[in-house]
Amino acid sequence: MIPESFRIPLGTWIESGVEWLTDTFEVVFDLIKTVLLALFDAVELVFAGPPWWLVALVLSGIALWAKGWRLAVGALLGFVLVLGVDQWDNAMATLALVVVASTIALAIGVPLGIWAARSDRVSTAVRPVLDFMQTMPAFVYLIPVVVIFLTGPVPGIVATIVFALAPGVRFTELGIRQVDREVVEAGHAFGSPPRRILREIQVPLAMPTIMAGVNQVIMLSLSMVVISGLVGARGLGQPVVSSLGRIDVALGFEAGIAVVILAMYLDRVTAGLSDRSPVARALRATAA
Amino acid sequence: MTALRADGVYKVFGRRPGEAVRRLREGATRDDVKGLGTAAVIDASFEVQPGETFVVMGLSGSGKSTLIRMLNGLWRPTAGSVTLGDADLSTVSARELREIRRRRVSMVFQHFALLPHRTIIDNAAYPLALQDVDRTERRRRAGEALEMVGLAGWEDHLPAQLSGGMRQRVGLARALAADTDVLLMDEAFSALDPLIRREMQEQLLELQQTLGKTIVFITHDLNEAMHLGDRIAVMRDGRIVQIGTSEQILSDPANDYVAQFVADVDKSRVLTAASVMVRPAALVTTSGGPRTALREMREAQASAAYLVDRDRRFRGVLRDEDVVAAQRAGTEDLTTLVQDGLTPVAVDAPLMDVFAPSAESPLPVPVVDERGRLVGVIPRVTLLEAMSPTEVDA
Repeated sequence: MIPESFRIPLGTWIESGVEWLTDTFEVVFDLIKTVLLALFDAVELVFAGPPWWLVALVLSGIALWAKGWRLAVGALLGFVLVLGVDQWDNAMATLALVVVASTIALAIGVPLGIWAARSDRVSTAVRPVLDFMQTMPAFVYLIPVVVIFLTGPVPGIVATIVFALAPGVRFTELGIRQVDREVVEAGHAFGSPPRRILREIQVPLAMPTIMAGVNQVIMLSLSMVVISGLVGARGLGQPVVSSLGRIDVALGFEAGIAVVILAMYLDRVTAGLSDRSPVARALRATAA
Repeated sequence: MTALRADGVYKVFGRRPGEAVRRLREGATRDDVKGLGTAAVIDASFEVQPGETFVVMGLSGSGKSTLIRMLNGLWRPTAGSVTLGDADLSTVSARELREIRRRRVSMVFQHFALLPHRTIIDNAAYPLALQDVDRTERRRRAGEALEMVGLAGWEDHLPAQLSGGMRQRVGLARALAADTDVLLMDEAFSALDPLIRREMQEQLLELQQTLGKTIVFITHDLNEAMHLGDRIAVMRDGRIVQIGTSEQILSDPANDYVAQFVADVDKSRVLTAASVMVRPAALVTTSGGPRTALREMREAQASAAYLVDRDRRFRGVLRDEDVVAAQRAGTEDLTTLVQDGLTPVAVDAPLMDVFAPSAESPLPVPVVDERGRLVGVIPRVTLLEAMSPTEVDA
């Protein structure tokens, strides 16, 4: 039926495409690389520079503010455990990577989501791209990223941004589209310009959903950060990868538990932040 | 000058609205143009006078919500024009339209449409913030509006802490704070419990007496329409089928559809004494004596006569036996013969207020105007007849 010679050289095309990109936009990629590296170094310095107890206290303090004393105590114990298994520096490098990658992912994703919510055309155009980014196995697009950015934290950050971008866009679009049509209409009816409706009505009312997206972006960033250990990004990914190579159960578990602690911390803190949004607080007022 | 005017307004949603309007103009029905789009409003024309409460009444899908949204430009008509004061909404720019919405027309929504994360006072002050009123002035005026609707003391609460009726009061206060001449109310009381709804209707009527806004009120409830509206437009399948006062619509429905609709209406609240009263059979002035009174009664074949003074002011009722007795006794002054127990009703009283006096006495209930002059009477049989269902030709 199918001739032996039938073969679509899709992979080859993509490969030459990536090569062409690398050659043509070398300057652009170099610039991106420099900027991301500088950002990462700066953020890592904030986390890894001061003594561990100071960083642990500040992070617990954030937990206290976002959620309450239980989370603060739990976070402090978790950080002591991370220190105890000698993964502190790796954990801080990972945290820096997550912060940089998810901040950039949100800086792109939230405005894109707002745009998609306001234009059906943008929404239809963006959706398949997001599907592609989310479902393409993460390892696969590590490869072109490495071709372009070589090794180190930058390819890790870029791959993480691509992987974590989708929920930021999706949740923002969903949140804004779900805002009560009548309330938006009220804004128009009293003569509010569209920009002000966005700022005063749509974004605040969509905030709980947008915050759920922020949470998802951060969690996906964290999971990707470990994978980017494969391409030489500093952080908890490195002990995980090397323990896999050496079948080192002890090291693997210690690095793994540090990832879990970071994940729980980031999840609870962002969830706490979303509960603090004015709309979430206003809705809770019903029960009071 | 009219406050608001719609001229041959069409609104068609869909792929080929222009073509649909052309066909509708040639007499096609809503169903005929289904393939071209959804004709929400077809050829709507009306004028609303300043200070008038104009109610648009129709079932869901009749196009009333689309119609009201064209009155402040939330939707643009596919054809025809809407004029608000001196501004033709179909030609103004988006910026001018926003300015008109800020200064001249405000809206109350079915589900209140409050900002859940802002306090009551901030919600009421929302239109003022858009009018660039400064903060202290904003709070003062929003506070006044809240006081008008009876929500003083709730300023710092959140909408979620208020009941539905109270939330709609905030919606009303917000529209009042905007201080526009025209107020659009889209099923404003439909989401409320019947008792609360009634309360809100009364409050609106009361406010309207002092404020004199031009109100366009959308409802699917005919009783509400009749209770609130100076005039009512009945909509069906996108078209306005009749415009008139509630009494005109009740007593002279334009077609079977309207007739069927009004068949269920609580007429006792809508019809007034004036609409059913008849001429008093026997009328005597205070200057006349028993002899004149008896002649009047004899001619009218009535057993009682209504006594009025020289200015036609109602003085009471005379019974034949009393007048005969007076004549025998030689009494001339008729006012001493007046019977107790027949309370007159005002000419604009709803029929429900006529039942009690009607039950007190077998005599027709006297109807008086604002100066106390007798303008008619309502015999019990007329009252019962008016309350019977409108006949509908099958």
